[in-house]
Amino acid sequence: MTEESALQRVKFYQTGTFTVGNRLLDEAKRSVQASMERSNAITSGHRACQGCGEALGARYALDAAMRASGGDMVAVNATGCLEVFTTPYPETSWQLPWLHSLFGNAPAVAAGVAAGLRRRGRGDIKVVAQGGDGGTVDIGFGCLSGMFERNDDVLYICYDNEAYMNTGVQRSSATPPAARTATTPAVGDAPGNVFGTGKNLPRIAMAHNIPYVATASVADLHDLETKVTKAMGISGARYIHVMVPCPLGWGSNSADTIKIARLAVESGLFPLFEAEHGDVTLVKRIRRRVPVEAYLKLQKRFAHLFREGAEDTERVGAIQRMADANIARYGLLPEGEAA
Amino acid sequence: MIKQIEGSQAVAEAVALCRPQVVCAYPITPQTHIVEGVGALVKSGQLENCEFINVESEFAALSVGIGASAAGARVYTATASQGLLFMAEAVYNAAGLGLPIVMTIGNRAIGAPINIWNDHSDSMSMKDAGWIQLHAETNQEAADLHIQAFKLAEMISCPVMVCMDGFILTHAYERVDIPTQEQVDAFLPPFEPVQELDPDNHYSIGAMVGPDAFMEVRYLAHHKQMEALERIPPLAAEFAEVFGREAGGLVRPYRTEDADTIIVAMGSINGTVKDVVDAKREAGMAIGSVGICSFRPFPLDALRDAIGDAKRIVCLEKSLAPGLGGMLASNVRMALRSNPLPVYTVICGLGGRVITRKSLSGLFDKAAGDSLDDVTFLDLNWDVVHQQLERARDHRQSGPIAESLLKDLNPGLVRRAS
Repeated sequence: MTEESALQRVKFYQTGTFTVGNRLLDEAKRSVQASMERSNAITSGHRACQGCGEALGARYALDAAMRASGGDMVAVNATGCLEVFTTPYPETSWQLPWLHSLFGNAPAVAAGVAAGLRRRGRGDIKVVAQGGDGGTVDIGFGCLSGMFERNDDVLYICYDNEAYMNTGVQRSSATPPAARTATTPAVGDAPGNVFGTGKNLPRIAMAHNIPYVATASVADLHDLETKVTKAMGISGARYIHVMVPCPLGWGSNSADTIKIARLAVESGLFPLFEAEHGDVTLVKRIRRRVPVEAYLKLQKRFAHLFREGAEDTERVGAIQRMADANIARYGLLPEGEAA
Repeated sequence: MIKQIEGSQAVAEAVALCRPQVVCAYPITPQTHIVEGVGALVKSGQLENCEFINVESEFAALSVGIGASAAGARVYTATASQGLLFMAEAVYNAAGLGLPIVMTIGNRAIGAPINIWNDHSDSMSMKDAGWIQLHAETNQEAADLHIQAFKLAEMISCPVMVCMDGFILTHAYERVDIPTQEQVDAFLPPFEPVQELDPDNHYSIGAMVGPDAFMEVRYLAHHKQMEALERIPPLAAEFAEVFGREAGGLVRPYRTEDADTIIVAMGSINGTVKDVVDAKREAGMAIGSVGICSFRPFPLDALRDAIGDAKRIVCLEKSLAPGLGGMLASNVRMALRSNPLPVYTVICGLGGRVITRKSLSGLFDKAAGDSLDDVTFLDLNWDVVHQQLERARDHRQSGPIAESLLKDLNPGLVRRAS
């Protein structure tokens, strides 16, 4: 082990708060966001809510992609919050060529951009497509599967805030069980969203055997940037699924966005991993495991699970079992801890 | 070179001569032979520097086209019927973004009941999507219109649909003069996009527009179509000069001089119409016809000129606007607003119903005597219709209409089955 990485091992998280100490890293290893040369792909002045996880996720991902491509890239956007809050006519936040067509077709549009650029002798320009969970796991799912199956040369990034936030917080097929949304209200015998089988898009992407699939969190900037950078160096269809808390839709404090994203990871509800050609190749182990309550209690969309004197232990238990299953499936326990 | 060739193959060869760079398609009858033809030319390497992308739906087909066109590539696709409806959202989007995509429509009916045969319901459903719509009368014209379509689309940054009647044209083998690559290259310059996705000069394309500018954006879409109205006649003239034959243009008047009765129609039916007009002229009837090539933009002035001093108009329409009658007649009336002639709507040929010379002959006689209703359904089997209406009156649960009608038409089959 080199001296430099030994230094990192000791001091990277030295404050005990999981704060990443950029200044303690070798300059080349500091985050893209810490660089004065970052591209600000989504520049300031956009209309995202305070504490918006999607604005952060997109900014982190695209700045990393811009660095990896030397600025030779195009972004394609599905309809959704990200599209709306970045382009209030006649302004735009995008500091790169950007194309928005429809809600459900971003993967196909991106495949077309890649083909068009190739035929015009500009195959060196990279194409990144992006959408929210609705545009990805629901209405854009057919086009996305087609893009995967053809192995089109596109990196698709999903910013998953687990509901249709742009239209006012309606349930998507990425909405977790028990979560309150405008179309799964917290009323009746089983308040909130149903316990279905779920639609796990990273695993569906893996089933297409595409070259690269990863999950990432806005709470782990280095990990997110590393994955985007790696994906940008690969040809063919690539997919990154970023969990992005939504203070408005989740009923959480704007200042808690990073904290909640981190608790999702640390509880096991949102496992961080990479997969290549259909097989998991790397997982990010949990550093300090927490019960799902720690994650759920910070969000009003789960408040009905914790009513005073009427705690819904059965359904909280079911959510805990989901986290436990993830931990077992991906081997997420901290080093040295037995399952 | 003159070939005895299927209409679809002729179109495929004409499209290939236009050097598209990205072709994407999803199969639907009767469009399949066209995209198979283009696909084979790409795969064999005859059509160079072109990608043929097989996609999972028509919605994806046009969406891939939107991306490729925004990246500055020349794009072609084709569809029909349900396929056009399935891509509807992208159809409007491509026009809104000003992308000069060319798309063939192998005109086919829309279900339910499902029907694969020809009428114009599909392209009519997209008549106001902002695309230019050109209707071919023959296979030669279908091939030629594609060459004009790319030039027109790229001239004004507006997508173009070339409509050709499914089966009647797409699957018919006829003599078609396929131009040379040199001729097409002389007529159609390489595509120079007005906007493209370029990292050195970046735009945001497809931004949200609110009430403050949306009206103006929409007006400009109308303005573009009005510009096309000016551009189409000289384009057709230039085409005739380079290729030595007529194709396209706004309208095609036939024996309209001193005509009292004028038949207006779109697409392949004009061939039969002209035959019947010839016969009627021979019998002394003052009758002529006008084929409409450009349905969008709609050629109000050219149509008014072609109609001249006629006393009545008969619109033969291969689509139905339930609750109104016919869309073509509604549009034609716009051309006649200062000269309110009777405009008769004749709904005909729906779902592939054959339009015979005999039926047209009787129809034209009735028209000449002004004894047509405002809306006529040509060769409708009223017995079957009345039987069904009666059945529905008598029994609340009278069963699915289409199946009941088929039983009425084939009582023997039903008895054998039971």
